[in-house]
Amino acid sequence: MEFAFALCVGVLTTAGIYLMLRGQTFPVIVGLTLLSYAVNLFLFASGRLTVNGAAIIGQSEHYTDPLPQALVLTAIVIGFAMTAYVLILAMRARSDLGNDQVDGRNMPEARDTGSDAGNGDKPRARRGLTRTELRDGKPRKER
Amino acid sequence: MSVLWILLLPMLGMILPLLSAKKSRTTIAWLTALPPALALAILLQQIPSVFAGAVPAFEAQWVPLLGLSISLHLDGLAFLFCLLILGIGLLIILYARYYLSAQDNMAVFYTYLLFFMTAMLGVVLSSNLLQLWLFWELTSISSFLLISFWSHKTEARKGARMALSVTGAGGLALLGALLLIAHVCGSYDLHTVLKQGDLLRSSEWYPAIITLFLLGAFTKSAQFPFQFWLPHAMAAPTPVSAYLHSATMVKAGVFLLARFYPALSGTDAWFVAVSLTGMTTMLVGAYTALFKHDLKGLLAYSTVSHLGLITLLLGLGSNLAAVAAVFHIINHAVFKASLFMAAGIIDHESGTRDMRKLNGMWKYMPFTATLAMVAAASMAGVPLLNGFLSKEMLFAETLHQETLGALSWWIPLLSTAGGALAVAYSLRFMHDVFFNGEPVDLPRIPHEPPRYMRVPVEVLVVLCLLVGIFPQFMVGDLLATSSQAVIGTELPSYSLAVWHGFNIPLLMSTIAILGGVILYINRRHLFYFQGQFIEHDAKLIFEGAVQWLVRRAEIVNDWIDNGSLQRYMFLLLLLALAVSAGPLFELKDTVGTHAQLPINWVVGFCAALLVAGTFITIWWIHRRLVALVALSVVGLITSIAFAYFSAPDLALTQLSVEVVTILLFLLALFFLPQKSPVIDSSFTVIVRDFGIAALFGSVIGTICYALMTRPLDTISGYFLEHSKPGGGGTNVVNVILVDFRGFDTLGEITVLGIAALGIYKLLVGMRVFMPSTDGNGRRWSSDSHPLLLALVSQSLLPLALLVSAFIFIRGHNMPGGGFIAGLITAIALIQQYVAHGVVWMKERLPINCLHLIGLGLLIAFLSGLGSWLFGHNYLTTWFDHYHWPLVGEFELASAMIFDFGVYLTVIGAILLILTDLGKLTTSERQSEGER
Repeated sequence: MEFAFALCVGVLTTAGIYLMLRGQTFPVIVGLTLLSYAVNLFLFASGRLTVNGAAIIGQSEHYTDPLPQALVLTAIVIGFAMTAYVLILAMRARSDLGNDQVDGRNMPEARDTGSDAGNGDKPRARRGLTRTELRDGKPRKER
Repeated sequence: MSVLWILLLPMLGMILPLLSAKKSRTTIAWLTALPPALALAILLQQIPSVFAGAVPAFEAQWVPLLGLSISLHLDGLAFLFCLLILGIGLLIILYARYYLSAQDNMAVFYTYLLFFMTAMLGVVLSSNLLQLWLFWELTSISSFLLISFWSHKTEARKGARMALSVTGAGGLALLGALLLIAHVCGSYDLHTVLKQGDLLRSSEWYPAIITLFLLGAFTKSAQFPFQFWLPHAMAAPTPVSAYLHSATMVKAGVFLLARFYPALSGTDAWFVAVSLTGMTTMLVGAYTALFKHDLKGLLAYSTVSHLGLITLLLGLGSNLAAVAAVFHIINHAVFKASLFMAAGIIDHESGTRDMRKLNGMWKYMPFTATLAMVAAASMAGVPLLNGFLSKEMLFAETLHQETLGALSWWIPLLSTAGGALAVAYSLRFMHDVFFNGEPVDLPRIPHEPPRYMRVPVEVLVVLCLLVGIFPQFMVGDLLATSSQAVIGTELPSYSLAVWHGFNIPLLMSTIAILGGVILYINRRHLFYFQGQFIEHDAKLIFEGAVQWLVRRAEIVNDWIDNGSLQRYMFLLLLLALAVSAGPLFELKDTVGTHAQLPINWVVGFCAALLVAGTFITIWWIHRRLVALVALSVVGLITSIAFAYFSAPDLALTQLSVEVVTILLFLLALFFLPQKSPVIDSSFTVIVRDFGIAALFGSVIGTICYALMTRPLDTISGYFLEHSKPGGGGTNVVNVILVDFRGFDTLGEITVLGIAALGIYKLLVGMRVFMPSTDGNGRRWSSDSHPLLLALVSQSLLPLALLVSAFIFIRGHNMPGGGFIAGLITAIALIQQYVAHGVVWMKERLPINCLHLIGLGLLIAFLSGLGSWLFGHNYLTTWFDHYHWPLVGEFELASAMIFDFGVYLTVIGAILLILTDLGKLTTSERQSEGER
């Protein structure tokens, strides 16, 4: 049983990481979801596998370890929050940048995003900006 | 306690100039002067006890385990420096009142000045190493603010940046040294450290300690080769230069040398490093000063040179030399402050500092000229002035050096040469400025300054004379007390007197003065000689170096941060792999001794299904809907696994989260591209990625297997034992969540709320891509809310809510609880949204999800406070059992209120995320309909 369990964790991890190394947002998020399954199962397994031993007082002969379960329970909910956040972030990125690439090949173009209409009046210079300049949000002054 | 006030008064006083910014300039100056004046009064009150050898101290524990405390002490050395900092500081405040023009923001200037004063006082008063370092860094920062006070000037900005970079870097080195010292001595307490000098000197860390330590001290005190920042800091307003470069900032470096003198000095390494650096600095500074045409530039290099002299004295290693060093610290502070202020007056009243233009000032400002010349004579070391006394002590000390062996005669010789150079540049200051013909096209006609602008100079010059003529009476006790603190042991015998009879030091003084005069008379030849060399501007070199560094950093940064998530992931994964796989090589057996469960065909089938689902997800990732379906299969198997392996709570949670996640994915899929390219990267990249993923997966799987097959050593026995009697619930998992580790849960629902808020913010103003057809070109169905779905879900709603209420109430004793109940309620409501649309729901359920999250967090937070009323720890549960007719016995627990908060937060967060996203589609559909 333990072997099958560990195998599943391994397979989920492999698939999760492989997908997270792809270049679009959707596979990355699916990969993240798979990886969070793997992580939850892994953490859960640290309490060892027990059958018919739910940690409810008076319901069984021997109890499983309840602590990893409590930790994993909140991890599942927070994992959902994270997945949701990344998903919306991906949508926002597509909306602002015009594509769903995360491989750095399609550098963000100067696009008026609509939300910050105040500074979007002038189109940004399109000549080769470095990452640092893009992050700073304005082209560097010439020295 | 009074020691604390010396530090606190200027610190609190920082606010005074800002509060009185609208008042007249004189009022601001008065108010600013008040706190340091009071502090000075307190300091002077301490004279009897400090001179009697007592060390008033203040100590307040902060984090005792880490050696962090707020400790102050006022020993002789600290007293001397406090006196200089506060005394000269007060004169500077008076001087600055007249120096600053109406355009300058005087309130801000005074605030910076008091900030700096506080930092300096903190350095000298601290008796905890880390605290000392903190104030040390504050002096760098506050001096940066002061030097760049005229921030519209480029030299001021560049000079300040240079000073900050050099002294800041030195501060980092000092931190290293202090940490090492504390490591060796086992304490951050200064007194403990100073007593353990032998331990430090014999420690294997000693070379590293003094290297780092001296780097810190030398950068601050502008010792060679770090002397370049000091002249550029002259871009500051003159009161700042007068303060920073006479009594305070640069003296912090020599203060540090003096402070740790008992612990670190006395070795050959110390002698060679400190005395040779001091000697070099003294000669280089004095030589350079001679050629400066800028009045303040000359004084700046002269400061460098005098700091070198003090460093040299501290490096000589004899106790008498240390006394001379302390004496020169006093003397230099007094005459250099007055000289800077005099230079400021000349600059202020004539409009220039260029000595080629400034000539014959005697005629225009005879009084100032007299004062400046007396101070300059003191700088040159002319008898009857204080500078002469300490210089003679230096000459006397250099004669007793044997550390350089047969070449020890170099030291007195070079010292005399340095003395001669000092005489030469002092002469240049006096003769060039005040005599030497007529001024050359000055911007304005010079005249004497306002009466009170001259007062600080007068006070200091009178001190020069008094100390020079009656040394024992004026500073005898002060010098003895502060030297005692530096040396730590018995004071050597010395006599402070003007006349010691005819001896070699007097001869050396005479040679120095005569040599200086000869040098000055023949200065033309020297200037011609020096003119042959190309002058390097340290500022340009430094700025060049900084920009070079910035460019390199940008290249490295752009290489690492190239915008590719894959790159970051790849690097991180490689690192994680190296860390996690390493220990596995040392693990002998994969399988441990823990008894394994036998496998049955149900488990085998589920595992196979999970693996198959995973592979389908990868294989058809480009057909996103298919991948999603396969993903949900994986999620379902995961929840079955939880259910099978005795984790009913997890199974319930996983199941409901699964539903929400897939719903969310489906919604988001609408806005993301429908399809990915089938093959998104080259074959090699795919193989490489799969390789690293497989490696990682096998490592994790192996760790998991090895972990599961080893015996369990857990702390959970406590939870199982106390769940019922202590927490009042039989469902241990839930009791852990809401009671034992309730604080964690509070944090976690806060994270959930923050994530929901972040999503809310991301969705505001998002321009979504709204395809009118699906990926295959089919138009969307026009039947947006099918009747059957609407009817069924509407009738299911009460049932679903009932189930969630049941799950919630029984959660404390049976599988369930706030998390799961919240998820079920949220799903039931979302089903209505799916069936009827957002508009329909909004009319019937007018709740604001943000408020719901806030309310839930508030309830959870406040429920914990209740236990404080009864004197228990935060979130301690109260519970009792009641009998209710017909229903039977039931339990009420305060943990249920907490769980209710969790419940509300979960509902709020999930509804916020999904309905806000759903709204985006709805608005589009409506506008489509209107068209």
